[in-house]
Amino acid sequence: MTDVSGTGKGTAERTAESTRAQPVYIPQADIYETKDALFVSLEMPGANPDAISITLDKRVLAVRGRSMQKRPAGFSPVHAEYREGDYERSFTLSEAIDGDRIEASFEDGILDLKLPKAQPAPAKKIGVKHG
Amino acid sequence: MIRYTPGVDLWGEPLATLRRIQDEINRTFNEPQAPAAEYPALNIWRGEDAVLVTAEVPGVRMEDMELTVHQNTLTIKGKRAPVATEPDVSFHRRERTFGSFARTIALPFNVDPDRVQACAENGVLTITLPRPEAERPRKIQISKA
Repeated sequence: MTDVSGTGKGTAERTAESTRAQPVYIPQADIYETKDALFVSLEMPGANPDAISITLDKRVLAVRGRSMQKRPAGFSPVHAEYREGDYERSFTLSEAIDGDRIEASFEDGILDLKLPKAQPAPAKKIGVKHG
Repeated sequence: MIRYTPGVDLWGEPLATLRRIQDEINRTFNEPQAPAAEYPALNIWRGEDAVLVTAEVPGVRMEDMELTVHQNTLTIKGKRAPVATEPDVSFHRRERTFGSFARTIALPFNVDPDRVQACAENGVLTITLPRPEAERPRKIQISKA
């Protein structure tokens, strides 16, 4: 289930459970396309940019991250609306992407990906043998 | 005959009652009791001399946010900007919301507006609100008569 309305991060419904007793969030995404690239922005507040993994396997783009909350010393929680958890989301891309030129940046809790489209392979001429 | 509801019968099952209270406390923290109906989602922490508020504000720039403190209320106002794109793009998904937001919360005690500090990291805003010097709890020495 993806929560697209309002504020919340949706929580994933999955067949396999996580080993950690923490929620798995589906980061909300904006995806748009230009003539030569696909752009993906994901909301991942609290994620450590060094621990975000982005993989492109065949045509499946998978993003994972983890939001960590600092537990301040000498403070006790009195109200909680969000908690730490994992971020996971994957997309099946309809177009071939040049995996070597993917650019990723993380700023203010937003992961921005630029996925340049692969150049189409030049047409090959095949000669016909005749004997 | 007076009937006690089992939940409040402190004498019958003191351990069970304690366990139930403990469960309730654990649940309060482990499962957000108010799963972010309002934006931004907040966590509030209380210390002896200060209260700490953290808010998830991905994509909101610090200069687009405004904090107001009055006695024991804190107001967070801000604006989420839509993604800036070139003119000829086609959107596949547009799930992130944008626009202005405002949220006011009551803090556990009055705070000193001059010493409020706020910083943002990875899309999480942390606001530290210290208690005024005059209102801090004080230890009283008991003197012998």
